[in-house]
Amino acid sequence: MSYTFQEIQEAIQAQFGNEVVVSENIALQQPQLTLTKESVKDVCLFLRDDARFFFDQLSCLTALDNGPAKNTLEVIYHLYSIPFNLSFIVKVETERGDGKEQLPEIPSVAGVWRTADWHEREAFDMYGIKFSGHPDLRRILLPADWEGYPLRKDYTEQEYYHGIKVAY
Amino acid sequence: MSAQSLSYSYNPLDLEASEPLIFNTANLKRGEIIINMGPQHPSTHGVLRLEILTDGEIVKDVVPHMGYLHRCYEKHAEKLPYNQVIPFVDRMDYLAAMNSEHAYAMGVERMLGIDKDIPARVEYIRVLVAELNRISSHFVAIGTYGLDIGAFTPFLWVMRDREHINRLLEWLSGARMLYNYIWIGGLFYDLPVGYEDRCKEFIDYLKPKLVELQKVIVDNKIFIERTANIGVLPLDLAINYGVTGPMLRASGLKFDLRKVDAYSVYPELDFDIPVGTGEMGTTGDCWDRTQVRVKECFESVRIIEQCLEKLMGEHKRTREFDPQALVPKKIRPKAMDFYVRAENPKGELGFFFRTTGNTDVPFRCKVRAPSFVNLSVLQAVSKNVMIADLVAILGSFDIVMGEIDR
Repeated sequence: MSYTFQEIQEAIQAQFGNEVVVSENIALQQPQLTLTKESVKDVCLFLRDDARFFFDQLSCLTALDNGPAKNTLEVIYHLYSIPFNLSFIVKVETERGDGKEQLPEIPSVAGVWRTADWHEREAFDMYGIKFSGHPDLRRILLPADWEGYPLRKDYTEQEYYHGIKVAY
Repeated sequence: MSAQSLSYSYNPLDLEASEPLIFNTANLKRGEIIINMGPQHPSTHGVLRLEILTDGEIVKDVVPHMGYLHRCYEKHAEKLPYNQVIPFVDRMDYLAAMNSEHAYAMGVERMLGIDKDIPARVEYIRVLVAELNRISSHFVAIGTYGLDIGAFTPFLWVMRDREHINRLLEWLSGARMLYNYIWIGGLFYDLPVGYEDRCKEFIDYLKPKLVELQKVIVDNKIFIERTANIGVLPLDLAINYGVTGPMLRASGLKFDLRKVDAYSVYPELDFDIPVGTGEMGTTGDCWDRTQVRVKECFESVRIIEQCLEKLMGEHKRTREFDPQALVPKKIRPKAMDFYVRAENPKGELGFFFRTTGNTDVPFRCKVRAPSFVNLSVLQAVSKNVMIADLVAILGSFDIVMGEIDR
């Protein structure tokens, strides 16, 4: 028995109510379900443990920046179920913050899939998204005292890093 | 800027600021020390730094520090047209560049909707070179793993045999490691005349060498005693950590994207998926991981033989065949989000693209690197092991730093 995107969406809405779903995009080749950011952790836990789906693997966690004009950041979760060979895509949107003191917060799913730990650290490193409830949220690829979040569309690099000129 | 005008004054506190220690020296218990392994330690297979909390010779905890090879792949990809990203893709997993190119090209072709039109000969050549590259990548993994734990001979053997593959691929593309051979919609060039025969010759040479390799490494009593029951990765932990590739299969799950997703011409080819069975110790130990890699080399040889048969028979070279015929002049996919994944020698390589539909460059190109995800499980499996075993565990993961740091 293989479930379709609509059936999985209905299962989520039956469990958590209609208000957790912000929108769905089924026109895409790979349909996406946008959730409210408060609900993402619970929904992920439900999808992982529900005997109909068993989304036991988080294939990929992508963060992306829609730019200052749209003023949103997105986090996209690619779920995969090894026993049923199912894929499902969950998306969360948040405002960008100013990229310095104010950073957006999204609940961490590192408690659901441990693999999200490093993926979320990378998203924090590159986009400045705080994952609340993450066990060890710090930069992963860049030095701890680097300034700014490089994959944001409006990023400009700092002039000096430890006395070394950054631009070349 | 000339070299002389660079000035940098050393400040010891900079080190502490840029990559602070996780374990606090003030809170250590009696007998505990912090050992720093890397980033220039040869057994870490690249510039990986491990911070180890030890009690005598027992590893209490280990924290990897990465980023020493960060080259801003994802930022570069947002500035370059799709076809110009391929050389960057090569440089991520530099030991298996063909496989990464194959995955990337496949993703962009699916976005353009031309993936069904690719000629069979092109697909067979892609699979042929990807499997050659898979063998060479596994050879490096097995050989350097032998070095890590004190076996020098297999390293020299696999480097000798890998040289043939490097030369074969050099003949094809002009480069020994970073090929830029698989293009979106086709190939850089058809196989050179006589390539199939030379490949066949090499496969005939390689088969007995693989048996020898198996004897000298995985069937070797010293090797078994050194690796069996070490670094056991249980299956549930492996899945929860997103571990894929030979590591996941060594933990006992028959899961290979070449079969599951059946992409390219893999469904037409006959091959098995080796899994770890815990023959010498526990399922998912270091021995199982090495054994799966050696067996995969045999399977790759089978795939190459079938590809060669097709390339010399059904889909043989013709005068009219142009591998660049379908290469698009302008690569501009419609606005969409697309995730593509493929089986690399290290595991599931995924590319996530977001396209806007009005430019030739991706809006976002995220890489789900198998080594990155596989390395994250290190901390969980190496609690309370000996320091020497930590080296054995890390070696059996087969990580490539170019892919972790991107």
